[in-house]
Amino acid sequence: MTAEAASAVSIGPVRGALIVLLVAVGVAFLVVGTVGLLRLPDVYNRMHATSKATTLGAASIALAAFVFYGPGGDGLIGLVTVVFLFVTAPTGAHMISQAAHRMGVGFYGGVEWPGEGGGERAEEVGQDGSETGSASPGDD
Amino acid sequence: MATELPGFVELSLQAALVAAAALTLLVSYRVIQGPTVPDRVVGLDTIGTNVVAIAALWAMLSTQSFFVTVSLVLAIIGFISTITVARYVTEGDIIE
Repeated sequence: MTAEAASAVSIGPVRGALIVLLVAVGVAFLVVGTVGLLRLPDVYNRMHATSKATTLGAASIALAAFVFYGPGGDGLIGLVTVVFLFVTAPTGAHMISQAAHRMGVGFYGGVEWPGEGGGERAEEVGQDGSETGSASPGDD
Repeated sequence: MATELPGFVELSLQAALVAAAALTLLVSYRVIQGPTVPDRVVGLDTIGTNVVAIAALWAMLSTQSFFVTVSLVLAIIGFISTITVARYVTEGDIIE
């Protein structure tokens, strides 16, 4: 709660141009991520689009906020936002993809998980019930 | 309100706000009509990221630096909610 007035942020032409450039790049990445989310055929493909492109767009706009407020307290919070997005977006995408795999959501087309049936390698080995990686149900 | 900003910066920030709001509305299509539950979770995560971007844009447009903190808090809340929903879908129980 800063009770003081809006700190005299004087934006020169160079900083203004840099802010406009970063905001334009961010909006472009947001557009790319949204188009990928709407058009790709599969959960994993959609996550592939959003978890990188949309994160880059938001991080670019937060970096524009850092340029706007300078390397003080508030601009530093913008940099912290950038670092936080870069750290947590892959973690969240990995959690969602793991959840989708455990729910049994399949791929688009004839794509199979590696080592889980399909392909010629499983035909060579011969499936005798020894599937690696399948957790036994019922363990607390 | 935003008297120190040059004209082209203010105009571009307003255009970016309009574009980000329209993109958030488009993402809500995937939330409503995703065939599976992880589709909806991905859509909600994307909406959260878009709202982080909108908060940062509004922090620049209104020259109130408090909204930069708002964007950071929204990013934290979006991450926690995503992980919570992913665990709830698989485990059926969050607090074991």
